[in-house]
Amino acid sequence: MGLVAKARVKSPWIVHYCCGSCNGCDIEILACLTPMYDVERFGILNIGNPKHADLLVVTGPVNRRNVKVLQTIYEQMPAPKLVMAVGACACTGGVFHNCYNTMGGIDKVVPVDVYVPGCAARPEAIIDGVVLALDKLSKIK
Amino acid sequence: MSGYEWLIGLAALVFAPLLGGFLRGIDRKLTARMQGRIGPPIWQQFYDFFKLIGKARAVTTKGSLMWVWGYLLLTMLAVYMLFAQRDLLIIFFILAFAGACLIFGAFSVRSPYSHIGAHREIMQMLSYEPILLLAAVAIFLQTGTFKVSGIFEHDGPLLLTLPLVFVAVLIALTIKLRKSPFDISASEHAHQELVRGVYTEYSGRFLALIELTHWYELVLILAFVALFWAQPLWIGVLLALGVYFLELLVDNIEARLQWSWMLSISWAAGIGFILVNIILIELVFGNVLRL
Ligand code: SF4
Repeated sequence: MGLVAKARVKSPWIVHYCCGSCNGCDIEILACLTPMYDVERFGILNIGNPKHADLLVVTGPVNRRNVKVLQTIYEQMPAPKLVMAVGACACTGGVFHNCYNTMGGIDKVVPVDVYVPGCAARPEAIIDGVVLALDKLSKIK
Repeated sequence: MSGYEWLIGLAALVFAPLLGGFLRGIDRKLTARMQGRIGPPIWQQFYDFFKLIGKARAVTTKGSLMWVWGYLLLTMLAVYMLFAQRDLLIIFFILAFAGACLIFGAFSVRSPYSHIGAHREIMQMLSYEPILLLAAVAIFLQTGTFKVSGIFEHDGPLLLTLPLVFVAVLIALTIKLRKSPFDISASEHAHQELVRGVYTEYSGRFLALIELTHWYELVLILAFVALFWAQPLWIGVLLALGVYFLELLVDNIEARLQWSWMLSISWAAGIGFILVNIILIELVFGNVLRL
């Protein structure tokens, strides 16, 4: 593994986008940053700027209003980038399944690499998902 | 004057990024410990750096790249000049122009976040520049020269005769190090102020260059602090590390202030301290000290 590839795994910066979730999963994502779970020890930063980020963490089913925003954020991220769907709604639509205004899962809009199920997804599950994403990241040349 | 200053300057250019990167890593670790977290390893900054180097190139405006290079090269020049014991005044001017490069870079893109960040960065420069320049003047009044080598030849540490100047410099350094309570243009530690303020539009290797510049800047600032106890230098180094720890402590216990607060504190307290110090030394105690 080259230096850059190793560094990539050690410093995934996250941009978190909530496209219409109930905020349950967002709270759990923020819980990952607290002293209890402290994801910064893995070099993970919630950087809040798509241009700096490596990992797009999305919660909520996309609806017709913010589908454009999600696409824009995805396109603004420089490669190599990964997308993580957190929560049942982001994976499949969850409780918003078949609502007239939602797209039903973010994989209808952007390519998703990791799905983290759960309503709400627990912080442990989210950290597991990030580890999976890092595994994928390490294979990118 | 031994004639080897330029060698020391070049060595500083090579080792400053290493030192700066580790210091920033220690910063993150200590900050995490103060917040009851474990925190990243202390070489985390280097991971970040190499990862950014490996990212795809995404450029908003070509012009902004030139300013990044200007920011880096001018800061490197300032580091070289400080370690080669050149003119303190010129070092501060070069540093000011390096800071201006960052601002011009932020103005050369269209992002409103970048623009607000740049406006605030101007406010920050407005706050700390007078302090640094007046500090150089105060040092001049003590040593009789603006040269850094003059500080080394001056007998007795500057801290004892210029304690208030030192306090003022600390205020300026908090701004220059982008620490709370004055981290208004773009905070470190991914606090997401204004998205990322002046750095919003930079990505990949150009962000890495900015990071590299921060490491140089950090070393430069701490080296300047160390000058306050130049003889023997190891006390100066300890002094600089102590100051760094103090900045981290303040960073963690302080909330961010508004720019108007920053301006009034740095001008009233900072410039006030320096002027009082100069007046005391020159007019009141001058005769006593010269005996
Ligand atoms: S998965 Fe459940 S908890 Fe999470 S955003 Fe959707 S509805 Fe809320």
